[in-house]
Amino acid sequence: MRNFTAFLAGGLFGAGLLVAGMVDTAKVQGWLDVFGVWDPTLAFVMGGAVLPMMIVWRIAARRKTSYLGLPMPGDFPQLVDRNLVLGSVLFGAGWGLAGLCPGPALGALAFGGWQFALFVLAMGAGMALTPALRGLLQRLDPPPVGQDDA
Amino acid sequence: MHQDWIWGLVGGLMIGAGAAVYLLLNGRIMGASGILGGLIDGSARDATPERVAFLAGLIAVPPLLVPLYRVVDTHVSSNIGVLIVAGLLVGVGTRLANGCTSGHGVCGISRLSLRGIVATVFYLLGGGLALVIARHGLGLI
Repeated sequence: MRNFTAFLAGGLFGAGLLVAGMVDTAKVQGWLDVFGVWDPTLAFVMGGAVLPMMIVWRIAARRKTSYLGLPMPGDFPQLVDRNLVLGSVLFGAGWGLAGLCPGPALGALAFGGWQFALFVLAMGAGMALTPALRGLLQRLDPPPVGQDDA
Repeated sequence: MHQDWIWGLVGGLMIGAGAAVYLLLNGRIMGASGILGGLIDGSARDATPERVAFLAGLIAVPPLLVPLYRVVDTHVSSNIGVLIVAGLLVGVGTRLANGCTSGHGVCGISRLSLRGIVATVFYLLGGGLALVIARHGLGLI
């Protein structure tokens, strides 16, 4: 059941990306290009997804387990650190260059042509390299928390 | 086209419905980069079949809807260098930040998560800056 609902969630996500036009890199780049012909579509997509999810999070907050009896995601520390900021800037740069983020890149993988396959391959390689990069960043610049007066 | 925003809203609601199903039934936050990245770097040994099922839906369902359209234009770049560099940046960046447009954007902002909001500000800034420099400054794309 859990795998079926995961498939359903992925399917809804992918179908929504297609219907919203988010597999069209020109729409994404049109939103990001404030000096070109500006395309506001992405704001409507985000609004359409975020507003109902605000209600869903309120329902989720009252539950100890999911409707399938699985553990709900807990609260995690809201740490704004270097990795969050640096990672987001790097991700954004790639998003702007190609007009693709992970969801639409995967959603159009089966029909978008070799360009999507190459992008997803490079994205997967980047993901595989990240644990090593995390370690390198940690060695170059260890976080000060809890290490200052050891 | 002038109705683009309506389809944007409809598609957005469907994306929100997917996130709602994944949260309320599976008890998980729907983030594309985390679901894929956890499989790639082996950090997701706990729920491999669930992640594979999500990705199968994400990859297999959109092509079923493609025939409903006269044409699905992706305007995707055919510049091999741009595709590789952008893919690497998206892969490294989303894993370093622990989230992308779906996890930090859709799920984080709607939860009023500070991390989600900060990440969204910085990937929008990074995206706008990279695009403007590459397109209007260097003429690369």
